[in-house]
Amino acid sequence: MDWYPLLNSLRIAAISTVVVYLLGIWLAQVVARAPRLVKGVLDVVLTLPLVLPPTVVGYLLLVLLGPRRPLGAWAMRAFGIRLTMVWYSAVLATIVVSFPLMYRTARGAFESFDESLADAARTLGRSNAWTFWRVKMPCCRQGIVAGAVLAFARALGEYGATSMVAGYTPGTTATVSTTVYQLWRTGNDALALRWVLVNLAISAVVLVAMNMVEDRSGYGRRRRAVHAAAPADASATGGGEA
Amino acid sequence: MMSLDVDITKRLSDFTLRVRFVTDGPQEVLALLGPSGCGKSMTLKCIAGIERPDGGRIVLDGRVLFDAEKGIDLPPQRRRVGYLFQSYALFPNMTVEGNVLAGAAGSTKDERRRRAAEAIRHMRLQGLERRHPAELSGGQQQRCAMARILASSPDLILLDEPFSALDGYLRWQLEMELTDVLHEFPGGTVFVSHNRDEVYRLCDTVCVISRGRSDPRCTVRELFEAPRTLAAALISGCKNVSRASRAGEGLLRCDDWGVTLRTTLPCEGATHAGIRAHYFRVGEAAGRNAIPCMVDRVIDSTFSTIVMARTPGGALLRYELEKDEWARLERTAVEHGRLVLAIEPRDVMPLVDGDAEGR
Repeated sequence: MDWYPLLNSLRIAAISTVVVYLLGIWLAQVVARAPRLVKGVLDVVLTLPLVLPPTVVGYLLLVLLGPRRPLGAWAMRAFGIRLTMVWYSAVLATIVVSFPLMYRTARGAFESFDESLADAARTLGRSNAWTFWRVKMPCCRQGIVAGAVLAFARALGEYGATSMVAGYTPGTTATVSTTVYQLWRTGNDALALRWVLVNLAISAVVLVAMNMVEDRSGYGRRRRAVHAAAPADASATGGGEA
Repeated sequence: MMSLDVDITKRLSDFTLRVRFVTDGPQEVLALLGPSGCGKSMTLKCIAGIERPDGGRIVLDGRVLFDAEKGIDLPPQRRRVGYLFQSYALFPNMTVEGNVLAGAAGSTKDERRRRAAEAIRHMRLQGLERRHPAELSGGQQQRCAMARILASSPDLILLDEPFSALDGYLRWQLEMELTDVLHEFPGGTVFVSHNRDEVYRLCDTVCVISRGRSDPRCTVRELFEAPRTLAAALISGCKNVSRASRAGEGLLRCDDWGVTLRTTLPCEGATHAGIRAHYFRVGEAAGRNAIPCMVDRVIDSTFSTIVMARTPGGALLRYELEKDEWARLERTAVEHGRLVLAIEPRDVMPLVDGDAEGR
């Protein structure tokens, strides 16, 4: 069995996850701070790939990246590289398709962040960068890691857009998902089944990893039960009447 | 010696906040007292630099923190103002030690460590250094937040309803601890509260805020003995107020109560009169400052009896007294529901409705 499709899939998913991770966190921050109208528009645009059929995403990417299309022609002229039908074309496709998963989970995590923690850090004289890396990111860690795992899983299983932008060439652009399709189409059921099992195994590992992240939910919670939160005070305005 | 000069305006969703006060006492603890949603916390946030006022200026010990006209707006990092959040805002991902170190001021690592250790000792957190905030009790959390602030050696400490998240007994303990800490703190303190008893015990001076407007600062004693405005009287716990006007030298005509009362306090410009529920005596119909009433209902409260009495003007007066005393009076002074309440002229408080004046 030729393992190239697996290596290619892992390589594509890994690269696109790194890109999506950084891009997603950055844009989640930008959108969280944007004025209302801009926020609404950006949010729709950035989430759109999540609800579009992958074939539509693939079509749009071809329109942009094809050798005779603006971006594709420019890359060819400037760097002498083609953007379609090569293995890294699939990276572009998976970035677009998995981005909304990272972006939305990161945004959710940032939105549930208690801003008074950031205010406290600033009144204590700490820089905004310190506050972001040492307080905000650790507090939102769970959502951010979950988003990255989801994005990785989505990239690994990407088929529609990838097959349109990168095609299927054994030994160059073949991924696990395009290989399964190709083997089934050509009647090689036995080999197709092997790849299906590989895919199932990988997906299971990803889901287990995801659950492990969710279980490690907080800092120092183990001893929490010892000190249950005190009930709120009922006599808020005090007792002494004059 | 601290001096804090605040004169700011800020537009909020349903009113405009206008707050103005100056403090000058060394180690002065100033209270911003007002009902929930009156703009007290917003004022603190403006002083700390977390929120930006629309106009005015804030000067601390001669340092201009904010000046709308000159375009000065120091970031919170450079204000040297410690803020104790209602929720304490401890960093959940750091230990007690990490939290205090995060606040510690100093140019070298050793200096910061020394300051943090000092603050931890001062707030009696030894032994808890390795715990996370989630593993602390409410009281320990507050001490940790306080240690973090002290380690940053601020010029001014702001306290935002520091006891609101705690229950009765713990609250009392923390209040006593905090009193000691503030006594040792060399700078000033601004304390936000809607609890007049807390303010009476903890603070030196007070500035009443109602519906976004601040009354002039006065001492806590003045607020409770002779509040000048209707808002101050109500927030200081005065239970009886009537619309009123001056009816001659030292005389107030109280419309809602249907009587004219003598007062020894200046009553120029008074729009209301106030009488505290504990200050009535039972008098004779012909006596001075006597209000002939009908007992409307008697309410048995935790440690006292509350008598609601109908005045000639129709409004009810609230009279609070010891249970035993009421048991005695009920037999001797009440006849067919008739009860005469009398009040000393020094206890009739002429009040000005600041809001009606449209300052």
